[in-house]
Amino acid sequence: MSKRLTVSASPHVRSNETTTGIMLDVIIALIPALIMSVVYFGTRALALTAVTVASAVIAEYLSRKVMKRSNTLGDLSAVVTGLILAFNLPATLPLWMAAVGSVIAIVVVKQMFGGIGQNFVNPAMTARIILMVSFPTAMAKWVTPFQNCWNADAVTSATPMATLASAKGGDLSAVADALPTLTDMLLGKHGGSMGEVCSIALICGGLYLMLRRVISPIIPFAFIGTVAATMFLYSGFNLEYTAYQLLGGGLMLGAFFMATDYTTCPINKKGKLIFGIGCGLITFVIRVFGALPEGVSFSIILMNILVPHIENLSAAKPFGTLKEKKGKKEEKKA
Amino acid sequence: MAEKKSLGKEFSKGIIAENPVLRLVLGTCPTLATTTSVESAIGMGLAASIVLICSNIVISALRKVIPDKVRIPAYIVIIASFVTIVQMAVKAFLPALDEQLGVYLPLIVVNCIILGRAEAFASKNPVLASALDGLGMGVGFTAALFAMGAVREILGAGTFLGMSVPFLSENPMLIFILPPGGFFTYGLLMAAVNRMAEKKGKPRAELRGCEACPMAHNCALNSANKKEEVAE
Repeated sequence: MSKRLTVSASPHVRSNETTTGIMLDVIIALIPALIMSVVYFGTRALALTAVTVASAVIAEYLSRKVMKRSNTLGDLSAVVTGLILAFNLPATLPLWMAAVGSVIAIVVVKQMFGGIGQNFVNPAMTARIILMVSFPTAMAKWVTPFQNCWNADAVTSATPMATLASAKGGDLSAVADALPTLTDMLLGKHGGSMGEVCSIALICGGLYLMLRRVISPIIPFAFIGTVAATMFLYSGFNLEYTAYQLLGGGLMLGAFFMATDYTTCPINKKGKLIFGIGCGLITFVIRVFGALPEGVSFSIILMNILVPHIENLSAAKPFGTLKEKKGKKEEKKA
Repeated sequence: MAEKKSLGKEFSKGIIAENPVLRLVLGTCPTLATTTSVESAIGMGLAASIVLICSNIVISALRKVIPDKVRIPAYIVIIASFVTIVQMAVKAFLPALDEQLGVYLPLIVVNCIILGRAEAFASKNPVLASALDGLGMGVGFTAALFAMGAVREILGAGTFLGMSVPFLSENPMLIFILPPGGFFTYGLLMAAVNRMAEKKGKPRAELRGCEACPMAHNCALNSANKKEEVAE
């Protein structure tokens, strides 16, 4: 053990940064989007958030207790997981399903692999996918904003993503009537998961996190940039189509808040760039060629799984050393 | 290997301590594929158990006759004949089960639990011990399949042996009858059985070594070991 913790001689620089502080910043960054979701989907959005956060915190407390580990509620990571999960759910989802999602995120994805910093995929994202696969009808009930979401018969509509998926080759003329205006897309006046609709609030939150240096801008820019570039090329240089693709679905939420999760993204800049581009490419492929209209969650999960290999590829050369030649390695093996 | 064990132990070890699926991690393919319902899980478990017991007895009886060099083909011939008998019987009397199990029924021929027991136990032990070993392993296999089938059917389809379970039948968690749910249930059961066996003082069934781990390259534990090796 002591060999693994070789510390150089003093003096040491100590940072005031703590996990709790970082998580608090993330919560602050998520608040604008939360407010907008309450504006659009009413108290139901607030209730759903309360349920996911509360069940995430309780699940974290109980699982740590059962596993005889220290109490980690203070780092607020369970609160963040609950918040992000709520953002990924449709506002009409039965509350118990949301609680099941939180328990999956915390107990199965996070604590069973060792708790904060040990999970190999993003907990909230995985919980969303498990819910999506388990309850396909409830998870695809997208209500239009500004109505009582407690009502079981709330009016539902196709999300812009579903509409865009039917616009083959980026031709918007056939589906123009079914799409909201670009301003509405930016403000979030369209069907979708409760926290992902308002792109502008998410961008504000993301910028706040970058300014506070909580997240590095590489992953969001690589991710969104790749989606933009591929969509632009695919649609035959159609700017409008590209803009819809960028503002629709979970791209902003995923790129700023989920792909940048410390535990599940590569450490150095080169790795982050590969990670972001990979996320963007998979999102493009699923959105355009896949059976599902939206692919941000799957792209992040798939890249999460590849992170160890990306780390191997992008490992930095220690200062002052020479790169091992390929021929040499083969000789060694032989 | 097992000379000092009593006959009772030859039987009971297959249930928890050396459960073929959950502790020895053999026969994972039929385990994952046939546990979408309790019915097909039990069917698979019983079919494989019958083949296992019969082939164990015959292989053990012939263990001194079979030349070492061709033992594997000889085992396969014996196992395949029993599988054919079982398959024909199932086709004749339980056609519905045959349809559910599909290709996994003839695939019992290459089930590694059966070949594994033949190689590791029946070829070295007398007939009675081999029969009991086969019975115990069969019970362990069937029990593991039943447990997995029950979890997956109740949560994933909201039914148990076709009877609907209140609440869950209206809101089944479909993922449990899909492959990811199968792996998930498998992992959790394995952890639970590991814990049960550990409490009895048996060592934990573990994948040793870092070879299989994608994180090995960056792993602190691994690099520390490497450094020590170099230093020595």
